[in-house]
Amino acid sequence: MPILEVTNVTKEFGGLTANKDITLSVQEGSITAVIGPNGAGKTTFFNLVTGVYQPTSGEILVEGKSVVGLKPDEVAKRGISRTFQNIRLFGEMTVIENVLVGMHKHLKTGLLGILLNLPSTRHEEIEAEKEAYRLLEYFDLAELLNEKAKNLSYGAQRKLEIARALATKPKLILLDEPAAGMNPKETKELTDIIKKMGEEFGVSILLIEHDMKLVMEISEHIYVLDHGEKIAEGNPDDIRTNPKVIEAYLGSGAVQLGQRSETNANTTVE
Amino acid sequence: MLQELLFSLPQVLIDGLALGAIYAVVALGYTMVYGILQLINFAHGEIFMTGAFIGTGFFIMLMGMSWAAAIPQLLLFIIVILITASFTGLIGVGMERVAYRPLRGAPRLIPLITAIGISFILQDVIRFIAELTTGRYILTGPSLFSDQITISFSSISSWFNNASFKTSFLIVLITAILLMVALDYFVNRTKWGTAIRAVSLDRETASLMSINVNKVISTTFFVGSALGGATGVLFAMQYGTIDPYIGFILGLKAFIAAVLGGIGNIRGAMLGGILLGVMEMFAAANLSVLTGGIFGAEYKDVFAFAILIIVLIFRPEGLLGKPTAEKV
Repeated sequence: MPILEVTNVTKEFGGLTANKDITLSVQEGSITAVIGPNGAGKTTFFNLVTGVYQPTSGEILVEGKSVVGLKPDEVAKRGISRTFQNIRLFGEMTVIENVLVGMHKHLKTGLLGILLNLPSTRHEEIEAEKEAYRLLEYFDLAELLNEKAKNLSYGAQRKLEIARALATKPKLILLDEPAAGMNPKETKELTDIIKKMGEEFGVSILLIEHDMKLVMEISEHIYVLDHGEKIAEGNPDDIRTNPKVIEAYLGSGAVQLGQRSETNANTTVE
Repeated sequence: MLQELLFSLPQVLIDGLALGAIYAVVALGYTMVYGILQLINFAHGEIFMTGAFIGTGFFIMLMGMSWAAAIPQLLLFIIVILITASFTGLIGVGMERVAYRPLRGAPRLIPLITAIGISFILQDVIRFIAELTTGRYILTGPSLFSDQITISFSSISSWFNNASFKTSFLIVLITAILLMVALDYFVNRTKWGTAIRAVSLDRETASLMSINVNKVISTTFFVGSALGGATGVLFAMQYGTIDPYIGFILGLKAFIAAVLGGIGNIRGAMLGGILLGVMEMFAAANLSVLTGGIFGAEYKDVFAFAILIIVLIFRPEGLLGKPTAEKV
């Protein structure tokens, strides 16, 4: 069953069509990737799914129910969470507080409980902190829990963003270029985490990524966007050899080259 | 000259602390709203004034009832301050909902003008209600906690004069400190406080993390306005007479206290408030001594504001504020 179903979604900004007639679905428990050259409309697409933008036309269903017209916090409550291409942590807050923000919707306490300092409130806050700590342990960030997020290394900040997104207990997590700016060792570690995390947290994954090695290694299904349109979809092997994809990335000359030598095309896309 | 300064110091500190504590709690309202909306809510001074009137109104009403005489004054005070805080908190929430939220996307100057408009409305509504119910708009509340206490500083050292204060000073100071400690705990240690900080750091990301931004902003207005209203009650108790226009100058000074401490910074507002109060009282007591009689106590505001200007020249971000690059 698909967790996310996007049908014929179009987004126009004035005269510019950032996403045109996109149809896509993410199966429950799968890892799906959206790739495409810079400016292909991938991040716009994420913003449409999370409610930051509203589509000009088309339908977005999460577990069969429409999320079009909902505000970002309402979409988040339906079980969608995300990370950002340019890291957007709460820099002035500590590592554990960043994760606690993610847990916000799962804490029931109202203002009255806080005002009266009810035992149930305190209990809940303590439980939340324990849970946040476990999540940080999973991402190897536990020793840094009281460090301000802005002081973390780049790779650690990327991991913390994923931890914060998971704290909302999403059904679907959108990762926007999780490996951007990471060195090969960090990317390797991240690849393993993403692979494991789907099962351990029961979450489906949709990611945008430029690192083709990572994409080909972990994705079950890949969608390719170019100039705001979907130009191809399929499993990693289909995409690797799809002439349209190679053209989008490397220009039409590369396609002819690829027709002459299959292996050559393989290596260039990778 | 130094002798004269020291001589009056104990009394200056006591009066300064009482005034400073009031500035500090009101300043919290300015700083919280600024932190979350980058809006200077000039109507906050009027919320303080409204609190003073609601509190005094309740005191006068309760004093007129025979059964209230049997209740200890302290308990009465706690009840009145809680009721007033809830009222002004709700007024703050309503104000945000009606006047500020529709302007959320507007240029910053526009909600600022709206805030000034709300100030005038609140002043006149309160004046109207006060005149309607009591026939005048300058009210004097019942005198509570008016036992005089004298601390004999002169027995410690002959450098100091004795200082005296009413019991209400202690109540004001203790209540203000309790409010500040509670707020600090609320903001730093609880779920809603964490949400408030997250929204003030990055509203869009906070909403993507499932935080309902409108609810958080309402909460901020509730808490800030409740504190402002509660301080109004303290003010009325400490200084006796109130009128619908006390909110303007006091609000302005509390705003300055918030800027002095670093606007948007909660602990900064507390520090700025206390400092401003003490400086003002120091100036009131000593200006004529310091200037050989040229300037009198009436120039205390000039003195306090001059210090503010000097601080801002050297630390434009305020005492505890962090220099920030303007977001583009």
